[in-house]
Amino acid sequence: MAQSYPQTAGNNAASFKPRRKRRWGGAAPYLFIFPWIFGFLVFTLGPLLFSLIISFYDWPIVGQVRFIGLGNYVSMFTDDPLFWKSFGVTLKFAALFVPLNIAVALGLAILLNQSTRGSAIFRTAFYLPSVISGVALAMIWSWVYSGDYGILNYILSIFGVQGPDWLNDTQWSLVAMVVASLWGQGSMMLVFLAGLKGIPKDLYESASIDGAGTIRQFFSVTVPMLSPTILFNLITSIIAAFQQLTLALLLTGGGPMKATYFYAMYMYENAFKYYKMGYSAANAWFMFLIVLTLTFLVFKSSEAWVFYEGEMKRKPQKKSKSGGKGKSA
Amino acid sequence: MKRSVVYALLIFCSLLFAAPLFWAVTTALKSQSELYLFPPKWIPSVWKFSNFADAWTIQPFNLFLKNTVIVTLLSTLGQLVSCTLVAYGFARFEFKGRNTLFLVVLATMMIPWEVTMIPQYMEFNYLGWINTLKPLIVPSWFGSAYFIFLLRQFILTLPRELDEAATIDGASKLGVLVRIIVPLMGPSLILVSVFQVMSCWNDYLGPLIFLNDQSKYTLTLGLSQFKGMFGVDMQSIMAITCLISIPPLAVFFFAQRYIVGGIATTGIKG
Repeated sequence: MAQSYPQTAGNNAASFKPRRKRRWGGAAPYLFIFPWIFGFLVFTLGPLLFSLIISFYDWPIVGQVRFIGLGNYVSMFTDDPLFWKSFGVTLKFAALFVPLNIAVALGLAILLNQSTRGSAIFRTAFYLPSVISGVALAMIWSWVYSGDYGILNYILSIFGVQGPDWLNDTQWSLVAMVVASLWGQGSMMLVFLAGLKGIPKDLYESASIDGAGTIRQFFSVTVPMLSPTILFNLITSIIAAFQQLTLALLLTGGGPMKATYFYAMYMYENAFKYYKMGYSAANAWFMFLIVLTLTFLVFKSSEAWVFYEGEMKRKPQKKSKSGGKGKSA
Repeated sequence: MKRSVVYALLIFCSLLFAAPLFWAVTTALKSQSELYLFPPKWIPSVWKFSNFADAWTIQPFNLFLKNTVIVTLLSTLGQLVSCTLVAYGFARFEFKGRNTLFLVVLATMMIPWEVTMIPQYMEFNYLGWINTLKPLIVPSWFGSAYFIFLLRQFILTLPRELDEAATIDGASKLGVLVRIIVPLMGPSLILVSVFQVMSCWNDYLGPLIFLNDQSKYTLTLGLSQFKGMFGVDMQSIMAITCLISIPPLAVFFFAQRYIVGGIATTGIKG
């Protein structure tokens, strides 16, 4: 998207400059984009700066506002066990959810891409849970996970396994949350499916002529060709993991024993339960910086493992298999 | 992979994905006596369709439905109007700072909602909009980055000669947009509507933060308050869950072609 931009800008300049001066004097484009400019200032940039400012204040929703410098950040790191607890829970959730989410979405996309008949029906089945609201999803899973009457423990009992009371078990509640989140992976699967459809068939043909089996083809053709899509989905998953709030609020309320007390929930409670607006803003900025850092690190690492086809075309001598391993830069 | 293995895996996974939905629907149809059994019954012996009507009257769900429809319609209309104007501005004009501004549009997609949530709440509180539907509607009238991006990409594919011909015929810039561009934007406007309707209908955190009074609740908020209420049984919860999932499911089936294409090309769910 970014690359095609300068070209179209050039075209615009050629065909539009004279007329623009004559008719609208140059104000017209700003009038058209005005809604966005206004919304950006009032609903994005303003709040963004304001939240940074109030993070240096003791700012209750009613009462005296007081500048405390880095006080919020200091007490967050040194004086608030819930901060570390919730941060740890979110990291644990992310460590489970991100790789599983990628694996499940990619696995389903590969199955759908086998060009079997009826794949549209299967695609719909895998995508349907992503269509309904997070509240509906939480209600359904709270019933599935019910320790005494849930369908999951019934299925396990068929195999002779006595299932736990999933959502009230400190060991299993976070895992249960991960599985429920995986159920809504549909859009990621569609992105992978589109990526798979973009891989030229002849790459697989030449790989199989070279004697590569299914597994070898997966690691030597599919993974490198799909690596830009994997990068995109990796970053989206990380951001989603850090923002997970609906499920925690509705499935467990953060319990049992704070085992599912996500960072987003900690932030939410500081703001809307305890009305510590300044403190919660500091929490939010910390999360923002962590997510930015993680995104940056993933991007940095991507130079080593993401393979862009465009770069290969520039260096035709690297068309051998080693080039396909992603060392094209 | 062998075809039979692929089919077996596909069927197995579809069952895994469909089972919770199926379980929700059959629970909604169960009578009280079959609700809490172990081993549970997949299929109720008597299908109690009256559960739906009964559950609907436990809380004022008609009111919640009205609120949800108001929010969904007005915010979708807002997105369509504002994003079309802005996308046209970015796609068809050459002006100072355009490239920078467009990069800013894209960058705003990266900002987590949590960071701007508190000041927005304080803003709406200052305006006296807390506990009204306005915070859920008004921001939609000022565009959203993703939809602006999507519509701009679409307008760029339309031949510029059409604009020029209309301009020669004396149409203004706005006239070109309304009479030439918008009629050609059908598919992309449908996609924006579908994404916005779904995300608005399904939204939970917005209503949760901005609404306090039951008379202002949306359906998702009403459903979330249902759990743990005295005298509300699982079949009622599942009945409401099923009912409020029907519109997004219907929209999905109606517009599946657009949705699959839209997500595949941009990677983002509304």
